[in-house]
Amino acid sequence: MSVQTHIPATAMPSRPAAGIHGTKMVARDVKVFYGAKQALKGINLEIQENRVMALIGPSGCGKSTFLRCLNRMNDTIENCRVEGLIALDGEDVYGKNIDAVQLRARVGMVFQKPNPFPKSIYDNIAYGPRIHGIASHRDEMDEIVQTSLKRAGLWNEVKDRLREPGTGLSGGQQQRLCIARAIAVSPEVILMDEPCSALDPIATAHIEELIDELRENYTIVIVTHNMQQAARVSQKTAFFHLGDMVECDDTEEIFTNPRDERTQGYITGRYG
Amino acid sequence: MSVAVTKSRYQSEEFSARLRRRYAAERRFRIAGMVAVGIASLMLVVLLGSIISKGYTAFWQAQIRLEVTLDKQQVEERNYTALLRQALYAQVPTATDRATRRSLNDLLSSGAPYELEAKVNANPSLVGTTQTVWVRADDEIDQFMKGFIRRDVPESERRLNDVKIAAIDALVANGSIRSTFNTTLFTAGDSREPEQAGILGAVVGSALTLVVTMLLSVPIGIAAAVYLEEFAPKNRWTDLIEVNINNLAAVPSIIFGLLGLAVFLGFFGLPRSAPLVGGLVMALMTLPVIIIASRVALKAVPPSIREAALGVGASPLQTVTHHVLPLALPGILTGTIIGMARALGETAPLLMIGMVAFIVDIPGGLTDSATAIPVQIYMWADSPERAFTERTSAAIMILLAFLILMNGLAVFLRKKFERRW
Repeated sequence: MSVQTHIPATAMPSRPAAGIHGTKMVARDVKVFYGAKQALKGINLEIQENRVMALIGPSGCGKSTFLRCLNRMNDTIENCRVEGLIALDGEDVYGKNIDAVQLRARVGMVFQKPNPFPKSIYDNIAYGPRIHGIASHRDEMDEIVQTSLKRAGLWNEVKDRLREPGTGLSGGQQQRLCIARAIAVSPEVILMDEPCSALDPIATAHIEELIDELRENYTIVIVTHNMQQAARVSQKTAFFHLGDMVECDDTEEIFTNPRDERTQGYITGRYG
Repeated sequence: MSVAVTKSRYQSEEFSARLRRRYAAERRFRIAGMVAVGIASLMLVVLLGSIISKGYTAFWQAQIRLEVTLDKQQVEERNYTALLRQALYAQVPTATDRATRRSLNDLLSSGAPYELEAKVNANPSLVGTTQTVWVRADDEIDQFMKGFIRRDVPESERRLNDVKIAAIDALVANGSIRSTFNTTLFTAGDSREPEQAGILGAVVGSALTLVVTMLLSVPIGIAAAVYLEEFAPKNRWTDLIEVNINNLAAVPSIIFGLLGLAVFLGFFGLPRSAPLVGGLVMALMTLPVIIIASRVALKAVPPSIREAALGVGASPLQTVTHHVLPLALPGILTGTIIGMARALGETAPLLMIGMVAFIVDIPGGLTDSATAIPVQIYMWADSPERAFTERTSAAIMILLAFLILMNGLAVFLRKKFERRW
């Protein structure tokens, strides 16, 4: 595992000085209920800064639920109740000091199915900065759009058709557009919910490369069903099973030397 | 082994018989569908055909040419009726005795003197000269010219006596009767005399009513739909509200008329027969339709768009106004326009609040007495004169034209704003 020495200034706000990889987010005994049904049974997890954390586990184990707790997307679901503590830079995200809208600007999200707005490519990227008042005039906005698209590795493909609808792109391009949209508001953490599940292997490889590059500037949490993908892109892996977090360790450890037999069973393909 | 079994099963005689039955069922279904569409189209053709064949004659009106000598003294005494009659007697050679002349008086529309007066007032230099004027014929002459009053019927059972028919024949012989486009139908208000009756008063009344309806029901309806669909918690109260809205959409319109009568006229004391009250009642009636259509349109917006917007930090209101509402707009517009079209064709509630009155003047404001196109149709259909029959059909055609226009607009807007995602 390579040690990150280059930490760019863009991702620096309110960073605690705790080693090379500080703790960005913490979950303590997180329980989630959908009505009477309990989806998460007390999750404890630490997400380190500028690293990729992969959440793996069989369908319905609660990894997406957990991911959506991190930026309070579960707020929109009726009957959903979250207990326990989730902290971003030491601040409770469900606490009084953090507003859900503000939180989602700091913790961006990329969804399973590419979901560009039915607007132009430019407007897709510019929407977030516009509502947050990040760019004060046109040139600045153009700059943000260009930088975001470049970082998402989409610039060369779309630079001549920024005014065309984002929905006209291919699936892989749409997903990179969504990633560009997420990084346009300069979040600190990016959550990715199975970002490659709707893509072909070439597009997937593209996104995986992208994730590896983005790690320099952002903290990334990715849910994936693809074990090879988890092994390729992440430094830390957490295995979820039936609402429990069974095991969390360095990715290498999990895949070569899992401690729990359920983890072993899952990664060797015996169930899931 | 299993392959062999499968193969034989799908190639057996029994299977091909089953396949034939499946195709036969499909053919039957398709034929039944085509028959249904055929019957529906036939009905439509019969309906439109009967309306148009009965009503197209209303767009034409008989006029009589008269050589009027505008005698100065008569004009000063505003005795235009006498002037016209004298000109008419001069045109008809049989008009020698009093009885015939009195009979001939009915040939001219009772509105003809006013037409002449208006012409003279507009151009006073005409006084003292002899002018050729075309004046409207009475509705019975008009009907006779269109062939609706037949001359082979015995005189006692005919609306026109032999003297009048002889006079008409004489006028036709010297080219003094013509048929022109009936502009009165589009430029006048209602009248007891068919040849002077027009639809404009009802059209303006309908337009004023619809403006009130639209200004009230569209913003309230869309706001209610957005709140219920996007913000309201799902609990027993919102369920109750939803059930009630759905029920309101099914309430007979006359009930809304009674409500308007009791509340707007009885309690608030608003003027009777006013487009303002008509619009209020129609708004109540249209609201549930707009709310339901808007909610369906909002529901059809994929949740992924909401998540995308929330995911970049848009507030719930921004999510709705920037993304969800624009995407739902085509559906909302369609629902709204169809609701408006329904309001335009509605009669019953207007009867309850007095918009069924006989009103000659074109309404100039929201509180003037007015009527609406469907009510005008209802009143003309009730009139005994033969000429009102064709005018009823003509009014129906005008109403249908407005409805087709509105529905066409709905389709156009939907196509224009429709977006893929």
